[in-house]
Amino acid sequence: MAFRALLTRRTLAAASGLGPNGGVATSFRGLQTFSLPDLPYDYGALQPAISGEIMQLHHQKHHQAYVTNYNKALEQLHDAMSKGDAPAVVKLQSAIKFNGGGLSDLICWVMQAGGGEPPKGSLGWAIDNNFGSVDALVQKMNAEGAALQGSGWVWLGVDKELKKLVVETTSNQDPLVTKGPSLVPLIGIDVWEHAYYLQYKNVRPDYLKNIWKVINWKYASEVYEKECP
Amino acid sequence: MGSFSLHSSCLAKPTLRWSNDCFQNLNSLKLPALQRRPNFHSRKASKVLAFYGLKSPPYKLDALEPYMSKRLLETHWGEHQRGYVEGLNKELEKNDILYGYTLDELVKVTYNNGNPLPEFNNAAQVWNHDFFWESMQPGGGGMPELGLLQQIEKDFGSFTNFKEKFIEAALSLFGSGWVWLVLKRREKRLEVVKTSNAVNPIVWDDIPLISLDVWEHAYYQDYKNDRGKYVNAFMNHLVSWHVVTARIIRAEAFVNLGEPKIPVA
Repeated sequence: MAFRALLTRRTLAAASGLGPNGGVATSFRGLQTFSLPDLPYDYGALQPAISGEIMQLHHQKHHQAYVTNYNKALEQLHDAMSKGDAPAVVKLQSAIKFNGGGLSDLICWVMQAGGGEPPKGSLGWAIDNNFGSVDALVQKMNAEGAALQGSGWVWLGVDKELKKLVVETTSNQDPLVTKGPSLVPLIGIDVWEHAYYLQYKNVRPDYLKNIWKVINWKYASEVYEKECP
Repeated sequence: MGSFSLHSSCLAKPTLRWSNDCFQNLNSLKLPALQRRPNFHSRKASKVLAFYGLKSPPYKLDALEPYMSKRLLETHWGEHQRGYVEGLNKELEKNDILYGYTLDELVKVTYNNGNPLPEFNNAAQVWNHDFFWESMQPGGGGMPELGLLQQIEKDFGSFTNFKEKFIEAALSLFGSGWVWLVLKRREKRLEVVKTSNAVNPIVWDDIPLISLDVWEHAYYQDYKNDRGKYVNAFMNHLVSWHVVTARIIRAEAFVNLGEPKIPVA
């Protein structure tokens, strides 16, 4: 899907000015920038688990801001690198990590397009093996998500090397790879307050309980089967 | 508790005349026996022993309109901060090493020099929010005066410069956290400091003067994702320079701001 193509992180084509590799991102000066992809469903499609208002704000305001700032940071990085300005390059790292991580959370839109039917096949079997049952997994993820202080994400990921499922939390917009280089995300739940505040106020556990109704297990199964055939 | 229920026939009859007739009829009524109502207001013994309480802001919850709505304050103070207080009290129930501290001391002790204990989050957030409510007032904003203004101009160049720095810090803080104007004890100067989640400058022994909550729950209901508008509303209309002046006056008892820099020969 063109959508998936956007999600792969292209490396910077630096001063050597490599042309773009095709794909939907625009590029100038050999630099690939990103644009906000559309949701594969209506804003109101996930109600009543997540209200249309939250979806619209989250997508059009928050994610748009991440995309804009990421592009800005990339441009500044490109400038700094071509000028050899090492302190500036280092300073931009946190902006890139934050906003670029925000981009990686665009995956969450795909992850939440499902009807919430539980996983079957190899992923279902792996969950039973690692956690006991899907319910136990849900309890674990909800507990970790509720206990996370401040802003962050709770993930179900698969370790490519060890072929194991893991539940991890990351803070702010840190992507799952910061917890382990061989971790691939299967399910990600945004527990930043903006993801649920208008509907659930401060009752994060309620949001976590309800979000499972719209989790896209099909996507998770696909990714799992790709990583652990 | 019981109650008398007046027999309906006393009231319904149109032939009744008020005054003596009525009383005579009342006396002849067969009143039902005293009824025992179930006691709806019984006090159950509370299982949580309260150690710290929820302190009210020094103004009514709708006093900060239109910059901070009553609804936001009700959720932020009434639910979030109350949640922190109750969470803290529940945690302290299990751990009697932490009995008997004042809230300030508890925050410093549970910070544990950078390795925070589980109680730190709740304790620090209670402290932070109390400080935050007191940093604001209805009809706030404007400029500081006299000695405070002089100190700001000395350490930031100008008041506008300070304001820009403060706003920039608030906008560049990733995730959840707080922005502070602190008086640094060792450097003996004012600085703008950002902290994340629940951390606050008293753990580094500095003296905070202003705090601004930039957790999303602090502004989401009124401003949605527009943190810039919220921060500007705070600086222009909410921050209480009276309180800040009082705080720096107290701080000068601990930090000698007037010490002249005597050059070493």
